[in-house]
Amino acid sequence: MKWPAFAYERASTLQDVWRLRAEHGEGARLVAGGQTLLATLAFRLSEPSVLVDITRIEALRGVTVQGSTLRIGALTRHAELGRDPLVARHAPLLAEAVPYIAHPAIRNRGTIGGSLAYADPAAELPACVVALDATLVLASPAGERRVAAREFFTGLLETALKPDELIAAVEVPAATPASRSAIVEVARRSGDYAMAGLAASLSLGADGRVSAPRLVYFGVGNGPVLAAGASAALEGKALDAGAIAAAQAALARDIDPPSDLHGPPEMKRHLARVLTARALSRFLPAAEAAS
Amino acid sequence: MSTRHDITLTVNGERVTRLVEARRHLIDFLRLDLGLTGSHAGCEHGVCGACTVRVDGEIVRGCLVLAASLDGAEVTTIEGLSDSGEVADLQDAFVARNAAQCGFCTPGMVMAAADILRHHPDATRAEIREHLSGNYCRCTGYQAIVDAVESTLTARKEGVR
Repeated sequence: MKWPAFAYERASTLQDVWRLRAEHGEGARLVAGGQTLLATLAFRLSEPSVLVDITRIEALRGVTVQGSTLRIGALTRHAELGRDPLVARHAPLLAEAVPYIAHPAIRNRGTIGGSLAYADPAAELPACVVALDATLVLASPAGERRVAAREFFTGLLETALKPDELIAAVEVPAATPASRSAIVEVARRSGDYAMAGLAASLSLGADGRVSAPRLVYFGVGNGPVLAAGASAALEGKALDAGAIAAAQAALARDIDPPSDLHGPPEMKRHLARVLTARALSRFLPAAEAAS
Repeated sequence: MSTRHDITLTVNGERVTRLVEARRHLIDFLRLDLGLTGSHAGCEHGVCGACTVRVDGEIVRGCLVLAASLDGAEVTTIEGLSDSGEVADLQDAFVARNAAQCGFCTPGMVMAAADILRHHPDATRAEIREHLSGNYCRCTGYQAIVDAVESTLTARKEGVR
């Protein structure tokens, strides 16, 4: 159906946002790419009194490297993420995730900040930023604060964002030569939200041993699920079939998938185990030698 | 608080200025305010792709773009794309392959297919399907559409040779 009636204001600076929020209170909603918000308005799932367009705020744009940190402005569109040379070099997991997100026309509008703020439990980017141990930069009239991605997602479609804050940027520790990452998922149709997915990040030492593994599953809970047991099963181990099997076994205690329209919990558990092997197999010595 | 906004933008190479309601999406703006009815309003919540148009050179879902946000933008619709001749060969291939049946999805499909011709000249059949996966067709079963795009890509490459 048509969107409900609302007003539209264009913010040029963060000060404009703070002022418009002060004027309109809870009726004000921020819109960037709009690929989720505008679709939900068509269902009348919410009826904001005013949409505050933040897409022209320069401070929220751009991809830069500062020391060993990649800073990605919240307004970076998925398509930009997919073709940015700095992202490809320093956070290849994010570039690899892009083709899984919806469809080309949507990737040309949707933004990383919007995806993280919406926090869909089956979305790719929330899982990726947790896997990469990224930090979210949250801005408010009081200044900035930084929240670890793993602390940011607090529940179903819920985040640590306070009403007066917005996501300004994502800071990702730049990949090193030892870094390995992969994203895999199962979806019924191309571009659909995943039935189950895995964003994985780890370091592989010269001795072939794994350190700092972070296996983050999506589509299997209320948000991205950092699998502590499966990750711990890999720590310090040489990556081989036995280590992968140990991670798969430990996964049983890490996830507690709900039943949903795709199927029962045991199906998702099965998919998560399969995805674990698919992702980690890429880093086996033979697979790396072949690539 | 403003619910109506003056916007000036370029549509198919022509500069237009209109007063639009905040709740107007790009497709209703094109169809109802400018009379450009080639872009279709299908599902109106970002799923079907019938409303695919170009904004600032890249394809978007017209039903998920606020017209009020487009001050200064450059919009190309199927009318503009057709008139430019950019996809005349693709359109011929759609006819030759019977890739349009009821025709409702066709304008959006051609906009999305043009994106493949422009950005992915070496696309495989699987990549064509992937790229068009956000554009629904309820008549053809897609084979003829993919055939049309594939044969256009091939013909263009042979033309280059």
